Amino acid sequence: MPPVIETREISIRFGAFTAVDRVSLTVDRGEVFGLLGPNGSGKTTLIKSLCGLVKISGGEGRLLGLDVRDEAPAIRRRIGYMSQRFGLYEDLTARENLEFYSGVYGLTADRYARRLASVVELTAITPYLDRRAGQLSGGWKQRLALGCAIVHEPEVVFLDEPTAGIDPVARRALWDLVFQLSGQGVTFLVTTHYMDEAERCGRVGYLYNSTMVAMGTVEELKRLPAANPPGTARYEITCPNITETLATVRALPFVREATIFGQSIHALVDAAAAPALATATGVAPRPIEPSLEDVFVTLTNRILADRSAL
Amino acid sequence: MSLFAGAWPMLRKEFVHLRRDPGTVIFALLIPVIQLIIFGFALNMNVRQIPTVVYDQAPSQRSRELIARFRSTDTFALVAQVTSDAALEHEIRRGHAQAALKIPYDYADRVLAGRGATVQLLVDGSDSTVSSAALNVFNALILLENQRLARAGPPIVEARPAVLFNPATRSPNFFVPGLVAALVQIMVIILVALSVVRERERGTLEQLTVTPVQPLGVMLGKMIPYVTLGFLEICWVLLIMRVVFAVPIHGSLATLLLLAVPFLVASAGIGLLISTRAHSQAEAFQMAFGTMLPSIFLSGYIFPINNMPPQFQLVSKIIPTTYFIEVTRGVILRGAGLADLWPNGAVLTAMALAAVGLAARQFHRRLS
Ligand SMILES: Nc1ncnc2c1ncn2[C@@H]1O[C@H](COP(=O)(O)OP(=O)(O)O)[C@@H](O)[C@H]1O
Ligand SMILES: [Mg+2]
Repeated sequence: MPPVIETREISIRFGAFTAVDRVSLTVDRGEVFGLLGPNGSGKTTLIKSLCGLVKISGGEGRLLGLDVRDEAPAIRRRIGYMSQRFGLYEDLTARENLEFYSGVYGLTADRYARRLASVVELTAITPYLDRRAGQLSGGWKQRLALGCAIVHEPEVVFLDEPTAGIDPVARRALWDLVFQLSGQGVTFLVTTHYMDEAERCGRVGYLYNSTMVAMGTVEELKRLPAANPPGTARYEITCPNITETLATVRALPFVREATIFGQSIHALVDAAAAPALATATGVAPRPIEPSLEDVFVTLTNRILADRSAL
Repeated sequence: MSLFAGAWPMLRKEFVHLRRDPGTVIFALLIPVIQLIIFGFALNMNVRQIPTVVYDQAPSQRSRELIARFRSTDTFALVAQVTSDAALEHEIRRGHAQAALKIPYDYADRVLAGRGATVQLLVDGSDSTVSSAALNVFNALILLENQRLARAGPPIVEARPAVLFNPATRSPNFFVPGLVAALVQIMVIILVALSVVRERERGTLEQLTVTPVQPLGVMLGKMIPYVTLGFLEICWVLLIMRVVFAVPIHGSLATLLLLAVPFLVASAGIGLLISTRAHSQAEAFQMAFGTMLPSIFLSGYIFPINNMPPQFQLVSKIIPTTYFIEVTRGVILRGAGLADLWPNGAVLTAMALAAVGLAARQFHRRLS
């Protein structure tokens, strides 16, 4: 069976600007693939190109074995897309939105009735069915939006920052929904800025400046040589006066990176510098595995360093 | 997959929008009433009671008779008598009078001697409607006075102008049929354009793009509700025209409503074209406004097309309102039928097809 999503060296250019630069990725059936990257790195553009919203300038993209360039109409019936600002009709009720999208996908009355029941059950939106979409809270809006995007039982669903701006409980609820669906065999490509969400994804890709700089399972990324340069070690420093300590730590010659992480500092230092670090800060550093965020920070710094070295 | 896929759900949804936002419908039905009141009552284009001053240099039996004739018309209202040229000019300059009748000191003598007397009418030309009406009536009055004075039997030639089709030359009869066309075109263009651009702004149009909906489906779903609304608006304005302004409809209402269809579709098509260009509702509104001025001023609604410079006449030929005004005036005022008006219908149909076709191409480019 071919992968559900497959891109080979896909590039997207807007005039002289390259928004996506030779990105290759494959996602298998039932996978939840997380796409991360700073704003403007090309996540949305990549998703849009796969949905046929943006023309591909180079390379090849296939969805469900179909070419995204030539077979867009056949693809449309089988994918769901929830854009960054999902298109709910705010003056329509939740039910009317679901009904509209099912109509747009040409569902028969029978099938609509069945799908409505199942989407309502899945999203637990029953109490709000007859409320206007515009009056729903952010979390419920996103659930309804997801419901609309899957009303036609798509095999692949693209979610572009589905949890931006909603509260943590609603975020968790939405992710539970995603995993429930992926358990039924639906494939997801999700973009997010939240590391905890990324950690839940089966596999993660990190887009930086239009290129895919790292891809793999969270564990693989954490063990990436580029994220753990040879001759370095990562430590956590927990102390009370954290901001002052950060300045001290950053000034040390053997410290490559230091960032605040909640109540502590994560530092990437030359191996065997632990005693010197302890002396400088007055606290015993604790050796740690890099977090996903550490990985991205290190990767980004390395790219910036390589670039300035040129 | 049908070429019109998605038209039905779009259409249903659009009617729900309309139901939820009665403002649009009220806007569509209220604006014509306001316009009718403004144009029908306030902007009475029939010139009446032009304030006029009289400078009679030597009052006499004859000159008093002439002044009495002026007073008896509805066109002139004598507001003052002056006694010098300077005073006369002053009255006109400061706007107290728009016309001045000057009767020379030798008027009576010359009339009695049959030596050809002159009477002068000075008219403020700053309002061309007023001045031309004043001159026309003045000429007619003098003609009549001549006849009366030429005691040698009845005049040989007698001018007897008659106005056809709008015998009283009443303004509402002329304006309201034009108003129907101008107003409805603007309304339909704006509503269609805004409803598409609104979806673009909210991101729902992009959402539709990833569904199997076809461009023609979206377009049909957007056009039908507003064409229907435009149709209702036409009926509504005709009703007000008939009942409030007592303008009789001489021709067949069915002909008028039949030819309204291509006109409305052409307008909706222009709205769609605008929507493919505009990025925001404000921009769409501006563009719709851009179409509004020519369709008011160059369509023959206010200024007769024949009096326009040739370039403008050319522009008037590409405005749907021009043709539909022909239809409304034809049917309502002249009792024209389909046999007379079909060329207008043909042009409107061609325009409708062209506008919708062009919009479809643009939509295709954007949606697929
Ligand atoms: N239609 C477009 N024309 C020109 N540039 C675009 C267009 N769409 C996106 N871009 C540019 O491409 C880059 C990537 O944008 P995007 O994919 O939205 O990033 P992300 O979703 O990762 O924040 C941005 O710099 C953006 O300005
Ligand atoms: Mg984005």
